[in-house]
Amino acid sequence: MNNILVVDDVTKQYGDHTALKHVSLEIPKNSIYGLLGPNGAGKTTLIRIINQITYPDQGTVFFDGKPLRPEHIAQIGYLPEERGLYKSMKVGEQALYLAQLKGLSKTEARKRLKFWFDRFEIGDWWGKKIQELSKGMAQKIQFIVTVLHEPKLLIFDEPFSGFDPINANIIKDEILKLKENGASIIFSTHRMESVEELCEYIALIHRSEKILDGKLSDIKKVFKNNIFNVGVSIASPNGLLDSLKERYRILSSSYDGQEKQLNFSIQLPNDNSGELLGYLGSKANVNNFLETIPSANEIFIRTIQNKGFENE
Amino acid sequence: MNKLPLIIKREYLAKVRNKSFVVMTFLSPILMVGMILLIAYLTRLNDSEKRVIAVLNESDYFSNEFMTNETTAYVRYTDLTLEQAMDSTKQMGYYGLVYVPDEDNLEGVTQRSFFYSKDAPSAAILESLERVFKERLRQERLRDLGISAADYAEMDQSYQMNISTFEGEQNLKGINEIKAIIGGGFGYLIMMFIIIYGGFVMRSVIEEKTSRIIEVIISSVKPFQLMLGKIIGTSLAGITQFAIWILSGSILLIVAMAIFDIDAAMLSGSGANTVMGQGANSVLPSADMTVQLYAQQLFDIPWLSLIFFFLVYFILGYLIYSSIYAAIGAAVDNETDTQQFIFPVILPLMLAIYVGFFSVFSNPHGPIAVGFSLFPLTSPIVMMMRLPGGIGDGGVPIWQLVLSILILIVTFIGIVWLAAKIYRVGILMYGKKPSYRELFKWLKY
Repeated sequence: MNNILVVDDVTKQYGDHTALKHVSLEIPKNSIYGLLGPNGAGKTTLIRIINQITYPDQGTVFFDGKPLRPEHIAQIGYLPEERGLYKSMKVGEQALYLAQLKGLSKTEARKRLKFWFDRFEIGDWWGKKIQELSKGMAQKIQFIVTVLHEPKLLIFDEPFSGFDPINANIIKDEILKLKENGASIIFSTHRMESVEELCEYIALIHRSEKILDGKLSDIKKVFKNNIFNVGVSIASPNGLLDSLKERYRILSSSYDGQEKQLNFSIQLPNDNSGELLGYLGSKANVNNFLETIPSANEIFIRTIQNKGFENE
Repeated sequence: MNKLPLIIKREYLAKVRNKSFVVMTFLSPILMVGMILLIAYLTRLNDSEKRVIAVLNESDYFSNEFMTNETTAYVRYTDLTLEQAMDSTKQMGYYGLVYVPDEDNLEGVTQRSFFYSKDAPSAAILESLERVFKERLRQERLRDLGISAADYAEMDQSYQMNISTFEGEQNLKGINEIKAIIGGGFGYLIMMFIIIYGGFVMRSVIEEKTSRIIEVIISSVKPFQLMLGKIIGTSLAGITQFAIWILSGSILLIVAMAIFDIDAAMLSGSGANTVMGQGANSVLPSADMTVQLYAQQLFDIPWLSLIFFFLVYFILGYLIYSSIYAAIGAAVDNETDTQQFIFPVILPLMLAIYVGFFSVFSNPHGPIAVGFSLFPLTSPIVMMMRLPGGIGDGGVPIWQLVLSILILIVTFIGIVWLAAKIYRVGILMYGKKPSYRELFKWLKY
């Protein structure tokens, strides 16, 4: 079994509103998976189904090859978008309580908490109440209780919203470490650029449907449209530009007379860039030659256009 | 692994450690006892203030009828005119002046007697004066009729109807009321507990929503488990509080009574005693024999089964209502939004108490009492008011008791199921102020 989680044809209805429509996903073991889509697309519903907070009307979810069962909760760590802690409860007590709800014994929970508190150097917070802590401090506690039971699958809904940049980086590093140690991770967010660089796999959810999924590098290969940003040093750019225009599509160009630098963006009919590079090399000095890779955002927008969803 | 005990423990500790809860727990008995003492003290203070009334008696028909007693002292004027007596009364600051003129006959004397005072006299004073004149008139008329005082005293016999059941057991006057008051006490306790601790459950749910911890918890435990744990934990805290109140309250009261030398009879007289005690005191005649009979009757109340059924009705009723409270808490975002939902919940409780006191007391087995003791939202209170009258023969028919509990159990299952559905959906909804229609829609999710 190579997938930690398989979502098979899941449909969920809330009254007249369909939150998920025949959604199927495969989340490989030990990967970072991005569940991307705008607000209200159905991501949170899907995550709640995985966490067995709600149940699908149709379809099945498999965890590690077996249909999802209540005991799997102990192997999933979930940081919801709407998150918080009991304000008037002491940090240590609260962490122990939440860990025990995840099935850890009290002694085991205490041991692991000590490890994490030492790691974040927050040992002296144990007896404080949450309302005495700053927001950033509370978020660290929140993160610790999410990962304390060493789940095989970690789900972060809008992971970095509400974190200040320093904490967000600390948390990001910790998540990468967890992945190195074998955990599988799902990021769910509408801010696609925030997780793009971390994700190996993505799924795009739009209007309750999955519109695209797969390995991010494969998807980008499919979606790249052979556009290159080029910069060359040349004294008189017009001759070169004209000859290029005969063979290729120049999307934009600009000339810096002082630096004698011509910058342009060019679209090739295929991904054979060697020919163009050779031609340019014979005419001028090539300073930069860079293929533009579409962002997840662009991929998303183009996909919904291709699929015929009208634009909002 | 069962997580329910964990949740119950947390909810219990969270409640019990709460500062305002602790303060309430220990302050309330002190306040209560303090208030009882204050009332008793004020009553005594009021009683101890003697009023002085001047008497100007010009008639031979009255001599020493005006006797100084606990509340009133009489001062006699002689050889003064009415004007002089009035002036003197005013100067001395007396409460008032009784003027009895000299006439040929008593009728004339009483007709022309006056009570002068600065302000309108209190009803009690007036009544005690009127009693003096009435008594004097009665004596005079008896004498005219040639009846001796001794004969009259013998004639003035009080009479009480003998009452008995068909089986020949002696019935006691007012015993039904006493029993209903005992039941009313139980019913009232159930209502108070539901309102206080149901509210606690609701606020606790709202707190989990506003602190946004709910989804973190719900990913580990079933919403129903959380709701149940919350209700049980809160009610255990409530029982703890009640136990402390009763215990410390009675100790304080006993100690305070010993220190301030206030006896229980006085407390009941001042209206500050318990509902039960008050009723017992006002109805019980003084004769020892009758007291014994009443005691016997009270002893004969099936206390064990009464307490058993109290627990049954208490637990079922409380669970029904507190799950409604939990659902309300889940449906709203803050406490101000709860008003529209709370009123319909409290309504049947109030209705039960009022129906209980007005209808069940006078006719414990009439159609209204029966109806309300079967209706599940009122039965825990109304049935408790009926039960001290006995179960089976002459009391609550067994079929009614069984039916009432069955209906209650079915309702309990239904309401908890519905409440759990609303709760499950509601706890994950933010920023909406739901209407009843919305809630109805949630049931179908």
